[in-house]
Amino acid sequence: MSGTNGKTRRKRLALVASKGTLDMAYPPLILATTAASLGWEVGIYFTFYGLDILHKDKHRKLKVASLANPAAPITIPNIVGMLPGATKAATLSMKKWMRDSNLPDIPEFIEMARDQGVVFFACSTTMGVMKVKQEDLIEGADIAGAAAFLDFASEADVSMFI
Amino acid sequence: MEPALNQVHVDQVLDTSGLLCPVPVYKASLALRRMAEGQTLKLICTDPGSLADIPALARQTGNRLIHLEDAGKVQTFWLMKGGGE
Repeated sequence: MSGTNGKTRRKRLALVASKGTLDMAYPPLILATTAASLGWEVGIYFTFYGLDILHKDKHRKLKVASLANPAAPITIPNIVGMLPGATKAATLSMKKWMRDSNLPDIPEFIEMARDQGVVFFACSTTMGVMKVKQEDLIEGADIAGAAAFLDFASEADVSMFI
Repeated sequence: MEPALNQVHVDQVLDTSGLLCPVPVYKASLALRRMAEGQTLKLICTDPGSLADIPALARQTGNRLIHLEDAGKVQTFWLMKGGGE
């Protein structure tokens, strides 16, 4: 663990968050806040739909669909999941499970991660493709391309694509 | 040598009953950071993952797990700030 300067190097976690549904926003944020709690350096690269997790408005309104998801505690037939309001209902149920389990919600997790110094990389290509401007993103998001993230990740002890 | 538990002075108690991963680890980490070297945190957990998580927290953060009590639904950990590897 010794770096070239003789000081102990902190462990590093590099995550890619590529999905923008409510259920898939939790794993990167849970891993990031945990790793930061262990004293690790953490960076998350938010790319494609995952960039919604950094979006000022959208990160408060992430949704999960029951459609084509056979894994929910209450299985909703796909034909019902197609109906208007089904995604809203599935989203409300998930938010309720999380609340009933005393888990922080997505904005709270982002706040926790930011307070712990987790680096939020916002994928510049996604911003270009999806017409997202810097002012659309939450405070503290660093706009970066893949090279900057890989530079960070090249020194990582653990890296994951989510 | 492990100190006898009744000789350990507890400086802070943190009850995370009803909280699930990652919140107990997060809160314990914040509490330990604010404590002075040699102080002891008594941590109460009900997350079934805690039995694996709290020793991992101690290992990763260089703090020492002095003692743990597993009473089934509730686990209690005594963590000493510093003194770990």
